[in-house]
Amino acid sequence: MEVQNMSKDEEIEKLLESVKNITSKKSDWEFKDSFKPQYTTGKGLNKKVVEEISDIKNEPDWMRRIRLKALEIFEAKPVPTWGPDLSGIDWENISYYNKPGDSNTNSWDDVPEMIKDTFQKLGIPEMEQKYLAGSVAQYESEGVYHSLRKVWEDKGVVFMDLDSAIREHPDLVKQYFCKAVPITDNKFAALNGAVWSGGSFLYVPKGVHIDMPLQTYFRMNNEGTGQFEHTIVVADEGSSVHYIEGCTAPRWDKNSLHSAIVEIYVNKNAKARYTSVQNWSKSVYNMPTKRAWVEENGQMEWVGGSLGSKVTMLYPSSYLRGAHASASNLNISLAGPGTVKDTGAKALHFAPYTTSKIVAKSISIEDGKAIYRGLLRINKGAIESKSHVQCDALLINDESASYTFPHDEIYEPTATFGHEASVGKIGTEELTYLRSRGLSEDEASSMIVLGFLDDVMREIPMEFAIEMNRLIKMEMSKMGAVG
Amino acid sequence: MDIMTELIIKNLSARVEGKEILKDVNLTIRGGEIHALMGPNGAGKSTLGNVLIGHPNYEITGGSIKLDGVELVGKYPEERARAGLYLAFQSPVAIPGVKLSAFLRTAYKNLHPEEKLSVNDFYKLVSSHLKKVGLDESFMSRSVNDGFSGGERKRLEILQMVILRPKIIVLDEIDSGLDVDALGLISDEILQFFSDQTAFLIVTHYQRILKRIDPQFVHVLMNGKIAKEGDRELALRIENEGYDWIRGN
Repeated sequence: MEVQNMSKDEEIEKLLESVKNITSKKSDWEFKDSFKPQYTTGKGLNKKVVEEISDIKNEPDWMRRIRLKALEIFEAKPVPTWGPDLSGIDWENISYYNKPGDSNTNSWDDVPEMIKDTFQKLGIPEMEQKYLAGSVAQYESEGVYHSLRKVWEDKGVVFMDLDSAIREHPDLVKQYFCKAVPITDNKFAALNGAVWSGGSFLYVPKGVHIDMPLQTYFRMNNEGTGQFEHTIVVADEGSSVHYIEGCTAPRWDKNSLHSAIVEIYVNKNAKARYTSVQNWSKSVYNMPTKRAWVEENGQMEWVGGSLGSKVTMLYPSSYLRGAHASASNLNISLAGPGTVKDTGAKALHFAPYTTSKIVAKSISIEDGKAIYRGLLRINKGAIESKSHVQCDALLINDESASYTFPHDEIYEPTATFGHEASVGKIGTEELTYLRSRGLSEDEASSMIVLGFLDDVMREIPMEFAIEMNRLIKMEMSKMGAVG
Repeated sequence: MDIMTELIIKNLSARVEGKEILKDVNLTIRGGEIHALMGPNGAGKSTLGNVLIGHPNYEITGGSIKLDGVELVGKYPEERARAGLYLAFQSPVAIPGVKLSAFLRTAYKNLHPEEKLSVNDFYKLVSSHLKKVGLDESFMSRSVNDGFSGGERKRLEILQMVILRPKIIVLDEIDSGLDVDALGLISDEILQFFSDQTAFLIVTHYQRILKRIDPQFVHVLMNGKIAKEGDRELALRIENEGYDWIRGN
């Protein structure tokens, strides 16, 4: 047995052991703390609220104008009805801005005790020490902590929450803010434009290769709130970077809204990887808009794990703007009971010799609905461009559902593209086989589910794969009878 | 105190999709015994194996299955495995993406929680037995039965048996799909594993495996009932004359 295989097996073994401690582990993110925000704009949204946010942030005039314009667009655009039912969003009763406190510090010691506790329970400071080149932590609407290892700071890397970046690097931010995702893009992007707060700004200068990931962790704590972070990642020419996002929220009764914007700029010959693990509680409407502009010979990689939430609509897009640009998108969606996951990817080929690869895997449990919705567009002139889309769905129970809505627009005759799709069900034979060897029903079904995800897990970073494994096992073990 | 091994099947009846397949089956298997179960196609031989391990598609309508005094009827498959029951499936199912090493390690830990074998030692153990059943080491990192030939699946069933060390083993047509050499390897592995604490029920149509693994008891299942019982001679007579003479009884 080669060493590499053994260490991976050991990891798997550890994971399987962790299944046995599920109940304690579940509390890892479902705990609530009693922290009250220092300041909130209260319920509802109007011009005054937007101006108030702008005042509090004491931001430049151009940003204030964008906010007010975005509010008009938000109000004019209807709630989209082409996808999942969004009528449960209680627009009037959401608090759009909640400021946890005054400090945004680069030392965990200065973070308010209760918030620090929260992040410690989530293991964030520990992760930072072990794996990360830099880290930002956001609580409710504002970043509360940010750090970047000195070696990268010295090379000109900028990594901080977006609010701080606007103060410290206004021209750099202005150059990219809402370029890839304009506020006119969709209702939720417009909403974000109006009330955005927090999110990260990451700039990697030309030729700088950051070999450790940078991470932002978003935590929503109070019910009936909205989180509207705006993140911008710029990989300048010939640079490379791996940016990770993690999101959680406790379990509430009232619905909450998460509507983020993520803009990624992959400049010429640069490489960016964006990994996100979203594990929202079952009361969150998760409606982010994520998009990358990929220039000549640039490489964009999206890796996403979407767990939890009530409704998620998420289609990370890659605009391949320069020749030989490429994008790959690996997405795992888990639709638990009562959840609708409307997820997918978009690849738009505007330039010759561009390639895109989309692999989407979904798992539906009980009455969970997993929908793949994708767009592939290859413009005229994007000669010899290539795309491949693969969607696999696994249904756990009889009432579980999966749908696929691919949409292709191919205008270039020399382009090639392919689609593959499969739907499977966890079978009695497979479960019985594993159980007859002594595996419990939970162990057997999570093994089958992880087996289904295996080809994706191989492609993604180890830490992420382990985290996904852990989360999926927890989801599976919450189920009653499976199969 | 000696550990006893005793499976007592009493008046066992079972159905599949509403159809009665087993009717009042009685069979006792003790440690140190090798039994052969023969019978024409559709007699219910495979059903018996599936009923024993608690396959959810098979419904027990009467009778009892006791292993060392413990009633297994109504218990989950994993509980029966823990009690020491093992079925080498006739057509083992493929489970894509589930790596053999991880699966086997989990199964082993569940069945032998008291044994603290390190990952390393466990792999050494598995590797040595892979060789003995004629499988390459690379199988360890392959998905369970996925892309395996019929013969490879059978070898893997025996490998699992040796690693998991059950007490009562049902081999459902373990000899089908194996060439002479493979059958030899598998038989050696089975005989090495056999002891006075283990017992086999070999479901087969053929003499070739019984020539290697000599049964003391031969049972003939027909229409869901044990129609005839005897020793080696019975198996030989079936090989020569078929089942008609038993039907005629």
